[in-house]
Parts: sequence; structure tokens; C-alpha cells
Amino acid sequence: MTVPPIPARGSASVAATPGGQGRGLSWLAVPALLFFVAFAVIPLFGVFALSFTTWDGLGEIRLSGLDSWKAVLSDPGLPHALWVTFLVIALSWAVQTPASLLLGTFLAGFQRYRAVLAVLYFIPLLLSSAAIAITFKALLDPNFGLGAGLGIPILVQDWLGRPVLAFGVVIFVVSWQFIPFHSLLYQGGVRQIPRSMYEAAELDGAGRIRMFFSITLPQLKYTIITSSTLMVVGSLVFFDLIFVLTAGGPGDATRVLAVEMYKRGFMANLMGPASAIAVILVLVGLALALLLRRLGGRDQTHSQLEGA
Amino acid sequence: MATITAKDSSRAAAKHAGRRRPRGKGVNRRPNWVAGTMSVVWLVIVVVPIYWIVITSFKSQSNYYAENPLVPPAEPTMANYQLVIESDFIRYFFNSVVVTIGAVVPAVTVSFMAAYAIVRSSRGRFLRSTNSLFLMGLAIPTQATIIPVYLIIIKLSLYDSLLALILPSIAFAIPLSVLVLSNFIRDVPKELFESMRLDGASEWGTLWHLALPLTRPAVVTVTIYNALTIWNGFLLPLILTQSPEQRTLPLALWSFQGQYSINVPAVLASVVLTAVPILVLYVVGRRQLLAGLTAGFGK
Repeated sequence: MTVPPIPARGSASVAATPGGQGRGLSWLAVPALLFFVAFAVIPLFGVFALSFTTWDGLGEIRLSGLDSWKAVLSDPGLPHALWVTFLVIALSWAVQTPASLLLGTFLAGFQRYRAVLAVLYFIPLLLSSAAIAITFKALLDPNFGLGAGLGIPILVQDWLGRPVLAFGVVIFVVSWQFIPFHSLLYQGGVRQIPRSMYEAAELDGAGRIRMFFSITLPQLKYTIITSSTLMVVGSLVFFDLIFVLTAGGPGDATRVLAVEMYKRGFMANLMGPASAIAVILVLVGLALALLLRRLGGRDQTHSQLEGA
Repeated sequence: MATITAKDSSRAAAKHAGRRRPRGKGVNRRPNWVAGTMSVVWLVIVVVPIYWIVITSFKSQSNYYAENPLVPPAEPTMANYQLVIESDFIRYFFNSVVVTIGAVVPAVTVSFMAAYAIVRSSRGRFLRSTNSLFLMGLAIPTQATIIPVYLIIIKLSLYDSLLALILPSIAFAIPLSVLVLSNFIRDVPKELFESMRLDGASEWGTLWHLALPLTRPAVVTVTIYNALTIWNGFLLPLILTQSPEQRTLPLALWSFQGQYSINVPAVLASVVLTAVPILVLYVVGRRQLLAGLTAGFGK
């Protein structure tokens, strides 16, 4: 049987069966659409609407105009939370990207010992953020943790009790949890690079480092953009990990936007201001996603088709 | 490449089938120190905490302070596990199972139906806008919509029930599932659909008897991805449930830790116990699981 080349997105209409089957098929999409509208689209507009109200989470919802926005925008907690969020995004990106790139390239080799290592490397992917946060909280405890048990003074610090250290711990634990995922992406990316490119470079006498910078890195451009987008948008909404690990503390040293939103909404019962923060979160997320897409110069959703 | 018959040389060929295959030619024979060092460092960073959790969970609380923390317990005890199980973890486990299955099965089913419709029809404006809506949905951080979701769940009188966790989980799983599934359904040759149609099969029949069997790996991948995300979910249970009876495992871990924070071995036993089901799955179907984790990104 001869199979014509599978058409990409744009040309799908040409291959569609004649007779306008669109109407007969539409109902198949209805259940998914209903769920999505009810619990994602309506909430998205809802959060915008709620930011103009006063609500304690239990009682009546009252319109209150711009009160919530004024409260949020005049609070010094907001610029601080924005700054902490930005720092988490930037630093976790700066730590994770080079590490994942190198590990992914390393794991792309087919040697057996690398396959064995990969089995161990990917374990953090499987654990819940809550489990990881609880583990490190126990491990770093100055009185009962690993450092105290080993009696190594430099490890006996109040890791989560001092602002700078706590921030460092958050970045470390985030990296511990997510480097495996991004390594997996890069491993897939490297394995798609045509081997002939390396063979040609080798004939030309290129060394390993030269090949990494001249072939691997440029060829991984779209993987880097995908991975960075996921990292940046993902770290914007880190909640579980930071909430369980530090609850935003000590003080407000690790209070990112998502934690700030939770604290205002569900601990201080100020749903109006919390919704305003959620709107900011959505806007920042969209802006970052668009920016990264612009940098990439290609629609992320197309990459799968073309890369397949 | 020449056909190799000898066992040893075929293994060697497989070994070098990667991008470093040209090594055999002798140019790049030097050991790769940078990669070697890095891989060992990362191994230590990953393995030490995991090793520490496991051995500590078998220590008694009194021995925990007396022994070297990196040496396995001289007298292993199951007491910590007993305490965890007596703290109702069996119930939390079943809650997690109910929520995960209850959300993943409908989520993948409705996503598959939607993906099929989107791929098969290109005329319908309705389906095209539905698809764009799902694509936009990928960019919305779910955490940011949690307050209205909480309001909706209260209005539906579902607060503090497992159904309250299931419904939003289904919705949040849909965009990525539709994206991945439609990419795979698009790869099914058009002739097959056409011949099904000529044989008089309905779209509904074609969906189940042609599209589903041909895209089974993608369905498995999407199922695993969603199952892990929902199994490990923390925010929805935290906000949408209240009573201990409705807790799922991650939330139960968190409150157990709050209650027994001094009893490190017991806390770590709870962590190990909640990770065991996923680790078992990892051992059984590692490839599928890892493919599932990068569903939609890994290609």
C-alpha cells in the first residue's frame, strides 16, 4: 500500500472527506468542551470579575469596584512577591538549563551504564512535590536532620530559618525535582540529531567540546525554547513545593506570587485581593509565554508535528 | 552499514549506535571527564536523599539519634510503617485511587473524542474554535483560577467531597490530552478512514475500531501523564476538601508531617509508603512512564 506523506496541520482541509462531515462530528467535542468551559474558561473570567468584589470565602460576594486592586497595588508585599517570583524563575532557569542540557546529552548516549544511571536519575520525577518538600525539610533540619546526625558543622545550618539560605534551598529543591524532566526532554532532542553531522565533524577533526557547541547546541534550539518555556511558566506557579517547604518564610523571603495569593485568599479570607493577584499571575504568565515564543520565532505547538 | 552476525560485535554496534558511534574510529577515544564527573555528582545528589529516606524509615525513633544517619539500621523496625498505616493511610490511598481513576478515565475519553472530531473535520468552524480554545488553555496556569473553582464547587454543594477534586482535574487535563492525541490521530493514513467510511462504518464506530487501536501508545502515554499529575496533586485537595476522611495522599503526608514533625523516621516512612505504588509502576513500565511524563513535549 502506498501511503502519501501525512499532511501537516495546514493542509488537513484538503484531505478531509467530502460532504461536510463537520456537523456530524461536532457533538464528539461537546463533553470535553463542557468540562473545560465550566472549570477553566468560566473560572478565568471569574477570577477577573472577583477581583472587583469583596468576599471572605463563605459569606456574600459584594461588588466593591477597585478596592481590591487598590489594596493589592499599594501593598509593598506585591512588588516583593513579584521580585521573589522573578528571582525564583531566573535562578532556577540558570541552574536547571545548563545542568539538564549536559545531563540530557550525556544520557542520549546508548551505553549500558548510562541507561542504568538514567533509571536512578529519573526517580525524582515520580515523587509528589509534597513528598519532596517534606523529605528535604526533614533532611535539612538543624537539630534532627542529616547534617546534625553526621556532625559536620558546615551542614548544621538553620537552612530554612535564614532568608538567604532558605531561598537557596528552594532553588536547590526545585532543581532536584525538575532537572530530571528537562534532561529527559534534552535526551529526546539530542537523539534526533542526525548522526551524520557528528561523523562529518569528526572527519573534519572537531573535538568533543567543539561538536557540543557547534552541532548539539544549535540543533537543540527548539528543545531549549520548549524546555525554557515550561520552566519559566512552571516556576511561576510553584505552589506545592514552596508552600510545604517554607510556607513562604522565613518572614516573606520565599513568598512567591502563588503563595501570596493563597495566603491572602484562604488564610486571611480576602478573596478580592487574592483574585487580583491571580489576574496578575495570569498576565505575567501569558506575557512570558508570548515573549519566549517570539524569541523562538516558531509556534510551540507546531514543533511536535515537524519534529516527529 | 555492513551486516554484523557475531553476537559480540552486534552488541558493540548497539553500544555505539548513539551519537558517539564514530568513537570507534579512534579520534574521540579519550574518556569524557566532564560528563563523567557531572554524572557522578548528580548521582550522589539524587541518590543520597532517597537512600537516607529509605534506611531512616526503618529506624526506631530512639536509635535515629544514636546512629550514624547514613548507616542502615542495626535493628530494622516496621513500627513507623505501622504508625503510618494506623493513621488512616489506607483510606487516603483509596481516596487517591478513586480521584485518579475517576478523573483520568473520563478525561482521556472525552479528550479522545474531541481530538478525533478536531482531526476528522476541518470544515466546522465550531471544532476549529474549540481547538483554539484548548490550545489557549495550555497557557493558563491552573493555580490562578483556583478561587473561582472553589466558588463553583461551593455553589454545586460539592465542597469537601472527592467529586470536588475529580471535576476540575478532568477539565485541567483536557488541553494537553487533546493536543497530544490529535497529533497522533493526524498521523493515521487518510485512506484507512476513507475505507471505513466506504464500508459503511459510522464515525462513532471508526473512532473506537480504527482510531483508538492505531493510537493506543499515545493513549497510554496521555493516561500515565494525567494519572501522575492527579495522583501527586496538592493544591486542589488543600483548597477543596476539609475533613480528614476526604484527604488524598499528598495532603495526608503534609498533615502527618505537621503532626509528627519530631518523629523523623515516621514522617519518612509516610513518604516512602506513598511513593511505593509509583515506584512499582516505574519498575514495571519504565519506558511508558517516562514517555508519559514528557507527553506532548518530548517529540
